[in-house]
Amino acid sequence: MSPLLSVQNITKYYGSHIGCKDVSFDLYPGEVMGIVGESGSGKSTLLNCMAGHLDPDAGEVLFDTRTDGPRDTITMSEPERRMLSRTDWAFVHQHARDGLRMGVSAGGNVGERLMAVGARNYGDIRTKATDWLERVEIDADRVDDRPITFSGGMQQRLQIARNLVTGPRLVFMDEPTGGLDVSVQARLLDLLRGLVRDMGLSAIIVTHDLAVVRLLADRLMVMKDGHVVEAGLTDQVLDDPQHAYSQLLVSSVLQV
Amino acid sequence: MIELNNVSKTFTLHNQGSAVIEVMTNVSMSVAKGECVALTGASGAGKSTLMRMIYGNYLTQSGEIIIGGTDIVQSEPREVITLRREILGYVSQFLRVVPRVSTLDVVAEPLRAVGVSAEAAQARAEELLAKLNIPQRLWSLSPTTFSGGEQQRVNIARGFAHTYPAMLLDEPTASLDAANREVVLSLIEDAKERGAAIIGIFHDEAARDSVCDREINVARFAQGVAA
Amino acid sequence: MTQTSDYNFAYLDEQTKRMIRRAILKGLAIPGYQVPFASREMPMPYGWGTGGVQVSAAVLRPEDTFKVIDQGADDTTNAVSIRTFFERTAGIETTTTTGDATVIQTRHRIPEEPLSEGQILVYQVPIPEPLRFLEPRESETRKMHSLEEYGLMHVKLYEDISRHGHIATSYAYPVKVEGRYVMDPSPIPKFDNPKLGDMAAIQLFGAGREQRIYALPPYTNAVSLDFEDHPFEASKADHPCGLCGAEDSYLDEVIIDDDGTRMYVCSDTDYCEGRRAAGFVGAMAQAGDGEILTTQRELEITA
Repeated sequence: MSPLLSVQNITKYYGSHIGCKDVSFDLYPGEVMGIVGESGSGKSTLLNCMAGHLDPDAGEVLFDTRTDGPRDTITMSEPERRMLSRTDWAFVHQHARDGLRMGVSAGGNVGERLMAVGARNYGDIRTKATDWLERVEIDADRVDDRPITFSGGMQQRLQIARNLVTGPRLVFMDEPTGGLDVSVQARLLDLLRGLVRDMGLSAIIVTHDLAVVRLLADRLMVMKDGHVVEAGLTDQVLDDPQHAYSQLLVSSVLQV
Repeated sequence: MIELNNVSKTFTLHNQGSAVIEVMTNVSMSVAKGECVALTGASGAGKSTLMRMIYGNYLTQSGEIIIGGTDIVQSEPREVITLRREILGYVSQFLRVVPRVSTLDVVAEPLRAVGVSAEAAQARAEELLAKLNIPQRLWSLSPTTFSGGEQQRVNIARGFAHTYPAMLLDEPTASLDAANREVVLSLIEDAKERGAAIIGIFHDEAARDSVCDREINVARFAQGVAA
Repeated sequence: MTQTSDYNFAYLDEQTKRMIRRAILKGLAIPGYQVPFASREMPMPYGWGTGGVQVSAAVLRPEDTFKVIDQGADDTTNAVSIRTFFERTAGIETTTTTGDATVIQTRHRIPEEPLSEGQILVYQVPIPEPLRFLEPRESETRKMHSLEEYGLMHVKLYEDISRHGHIATSYAYPVKVEGRYVMDPSPIPKFDNPKLGDMAAIQLFGAGREQRIYALPPYTNAVSLDFEDHPFEASKADHPCGLCGAEDSYLDEVIIDDDGTRMYVCSDTDYCEGRRAAGFVGAMAQAGDGEILTTQRELEITA
């Protein structure tokens, strides 16, 4: 089996300050990887470099495309990369309003990616949108409501539906449960877990919440000051951390 | 089926003056198909630690731990996950599940993960829950709100749902009443009969004597003596 | 002293006209693409047709015959002012007859009478960017045009259907030009959309405030966007013209008394007058009293 995503020596500087340095890993189909670390550890920088939102100063992000096999998405032309991000990739933002069109109905939000890849049958688009709303546990009769009338948890679920409707293979998530109530978080995590398993998704989840990665991620990368200090099986890193910083991170979590 | 060769384990506590604690040195042991081996030793001797090392939950510094032909010490995370999904089962003392998922789904999940149909997985889950005397009215609820004993039985049902060729049991009969203890022991017997290699920790001596073929005292690993 | 000698021909200096002609040529070469140009201050406010006027000024020749229509009418304030402006600054012939004009500047309509080769139709455009209302960032809309990412355009139509049961956009209805650029045809009624494509005349679009020019060369393909199960429909009020009886022209709804009595009349005044001169009479007009109604209608429109 070949990796779906192969990240090699990704380095990004902000002036003389290190954003992230020499990060390399392979992600295989169906694998979910968590990236944890405190604010400023470089985890979001890394995520944005991989997703094509930031230009890294060095390194390669090889994605196994459906048609041409592994391609470096950093040197790929912009139209190709944007096409990828509408079809095989998805990006779930921490704040739903960054990932949704707040002035467009829920159905329109979900349907946009379908229309972007050429769907031109209103009935089909609407049926698919409604189906996806139900999959993320939003009542079908809210299909014509704007997300502005939704609760935070619903907005986040709508964002996920909007991202997954085209059946992507790789999902980037930036603090997907940040800013939500604990009970809402649990529901969202459960939903994400089900979708990841049912769709065979690969995912990279950036978070500072260790409970989130324990539930969702197969493996874990711990970052500090732009460097990866430890990587491995999620439960192994959390239960038997090797690096001083990982030990500190794990022991700093309040037990409930 | 399960084979350990010269396995060593240390904990380095970076945040407590970088103290290095040697827990195990040169552990070698093996468990054959259809065999049940009990780990014994005083509390703190390292029974659970060794179990967690075999499961890949704790990092092993040197040596090899070969389960069904795969060395878990050298494996990539995804290989360990495949191994855990298909070959190596683990019943811990504590149930850790996603909130909001029904008990039935919690128990059926390991089967679904190896590709068993939803109906077949559910039927097996129902059978196990009934056998372990979990009242049917609780099946659709999340086990997070259950009593300790109920949670433990749900955990056992989940652990025995899929017929793993190798199993690790950490105190499977602790805090169970006599009737349920018998059910668990019969599940272990069934597993042995179909050829599963089992390593278990049993504080309950009667239970240990009834299902285990031999005992290994982990105290001697601390001194580096082979079993 | 003639009035034209006080001005350069057609008001603009030759360098400016040259710059605008370059933009027009580029627009013609890439149909539907919005070409930026350095819009000049004109002696009229933005929104009164400064884009159209600059394009007209750049294409007018002394031998041209010029016509201006505002929502189809030759006789509204805006049309009269612009016509007079070019009479005074270019000294050219003007007309209200569609067939006689070589250059027609228009606001919000395409004449009913089919245009022919050799004619130029100049549109006044308030907002040239069809994606604007869904994506406010100009940098992003430009990228979307260059990468042909037009899914958003259909989101707008989707929203229409989900809210109204049909595509309710009735003017400024977007078209795809030659299978490439999505273009805002200026706020013409969608009734006029079918006339945009395959037209014999040159169509030029000028947006003064937004500093954009775009164009459709003769016989260019322009398809109105739609869904398979909600196809584009060129709609109009389901009435004949009250004055000339025409059933195929775009109509204005006019309230003619304090009781709210309505009548429908051709929005293209030249077309309507031409038909009445040829003897057609609508249900609400006796031969001869059309003049009075026209005056009333003007009052309504300017009010």
